[in-house]
Amino acid sequence: MKYLRTNDLKMLAFALVLFAVLQGLITGRVLNSFWQLNILIVGINIIMSVSLNLINGYTGQFSLGHAGFMAVGAYTAVVLTTNFHVAFLPALLAGAAAAGFLGFLIGLPTLRLRGDYLAIATLGLGEIIRIVIMNIDHVGGAAGFKGIPHKTTFVWVFFIMLFTLFFIKNFVNSKPGRACIAIRENEIAAEAMGVNTTKYKVMAFTIGAAFAGIAGGLFAQCFYLINPLSFTFMQSFNYLIMVVLGGLGSITGSIAGAFVVTFLSAALASWPEFRMIIYALALIFLMMKRPQGLFGYMEITNHGIFRKILKGGRKHA
Amino acid sequence: MPETKTDPVLLKAENVSMVFGGLKAVSDFNFHINRGELVGLIGPNGAGKTTAFNMFTGVYRPTTGEITLDGKSIVGMKPYQITKRGIARTFQNIRLFSELTVLENVKIAFHDRIKYSLAEAVLRVGRYLKEEEAIEEQALKLLSIFHLEKQADEKAKNLPYGAQRRLEIARALAAKPKLLLLDEPAAGMNPQETNELTEMIRWIRKEFGLTVLLIEHDMSLVMGLCERIYVLEYGTIIAEGTPEVIQKNPEVIRAYLGGED
Repeated sequence: MKYLRTNDLKMLAFALVLFAVLQGLITGRVLNSFWQLNILIVGINIIMSVSLNLINGYTGQFSLGHAGFMAVGAYTAVVLTTNFHVAFLPALLAGAAAAGFLGFLIGLPTLRLRGDYLAIATLGLGEIIRIVIMNIDHVGGAAGFKGIPHKTTFVWVFFIMLFTLFFIKNFVNSKPGRACIAIRENEIAAEAMGVNTTKYKVMAFTIGAAFAGIAGGLFAQCFYLINPLSFTFMQSFNYLIMVVLGGLGSITGSIAGAFVVTFLSAALASWPEFRMIIYALALIFLMMKRPQGLFGYMEITNHGIFRKILKGGRKHA
Repeated sequence: MPETKTDPVLLKAENVSMVFGGLKAVSDFNFHINRGELVGLIGPNGAGKTTAFNMFTGVYRPTTGEITLDGKSIVGMKPYQITKRGIARTFQNIRLFSELTVLENVKIAFHDRIKYSLAEAVLRVGRYLKEEEAIEEQALKLLSIFHLEKQADEKAKNLPYGAQRRLEIARALAAKPKLLLLDEPAAGMNPQETNELTEMIRWIRKEFGLTVLLIEHDMSLVMGLCERIYVLEYGTIIAEGTPEVIQKNPEVIRAYLGGED
């Protein structure tokens, strides 16, 4: 199984090359500030979609409140950096911890629900979080939180994204990840094989929420101002689109989904009213032609040239 | 309790009943299985056989009565806790992890025996690689016993029916049970497959030192394999004994073939 570590190193090397290229494009001012911002947003959206995929795709628990956890992470981080002058990384981690803790608290009772009921409960919870924030004057209420220092750089986004990808990839290829996937596939059989289903559902939910919290902290510090309207139900839905478009239960899919959706909405930024129509049409078309999403349960590392580079073993891991 | 070591009884149910609303699915159910025994549970459709299995494995909590494993009560435990105590099962309507490969299906059942922590798994350090390697090896070994090693990388849902049944048994064995519960293992198999299965059950029992309880409708399998048989009808046990005794029991003949009043 030593090949697993070698494969990780190869993927890391590939990521570093990608980083060097993108960083070069940014420092060389080949990309204007609009596209620079969009690269940051893509990175953040990848963290969001991969972490949502852990809950929705791998564990099979339909959550619609991901933007709520993002909001908790965002507000925790900006309050700490702006009002308490905490350093960037500790503030992000505090945001992750806050979102993760909330995910844990919310997960315990709500994950008893299944399917549609869980979707509605998480949808409601996401909205509750947003409305609570809107009514806290200390963080600016509905007008939003102003005067946030611009601390999010491409380096931070890229390496936190990379950490997230490795974390979730390795998680789903280990005992706890297998337990989560077993729950998705057949909850009764999973429990009969010794899986404590409640524990692993809550674990997946907590980890997903914590990464959403980190993404929120990164997102907030791209801007001068954030307000609760950045974290509405439509945002949660947007992340869901990324996950479903890319394929539930595929990390490659979530990355692709985040790319497609972010660039599509950036390209259509001048025609916001058409954006949702094009989204809807794209989704309808995809569901007709490829209901399992772009990648289904597959990972790109299992196919073609990647299969040759990442040798050994039975499957990508 | 030092005497549990010598106690021959592995699983015992005393005066167990299970009521769903107004329906008594199982009542006054008294049952025991000794270590190393191979026992059959038979009865007409709807007699309560699967309900009994579900009570043994914690899917249902019996309305009254006591169930003990190794002399300790397992009533009120969750299925995963009971699996940890040493009962594994298969399902009447196959419940595989159908989108996963055959190998992954078996690996999941090693759940309780993996010791590495979340951090070790995510960072792929410490015990992670060693333990993953060990379970892959053991899982493949189990698959080869059930003639599934060639299909290890195939999705479980793409296996033929008989192979899916065998995979369910392999997966249950991966949980390292003391007691294996088989719910209609031969359902949907042709006579030749049933014969092979009979041999296989005999062999794994010896090889793994198992105690086996099975529900089955195929009489040739039950009579040829089981050492002792319980017959259920309308939720109560109407007969118990060796296959020879059961075959001659007038109550059993009446239950199965219908008799004149």
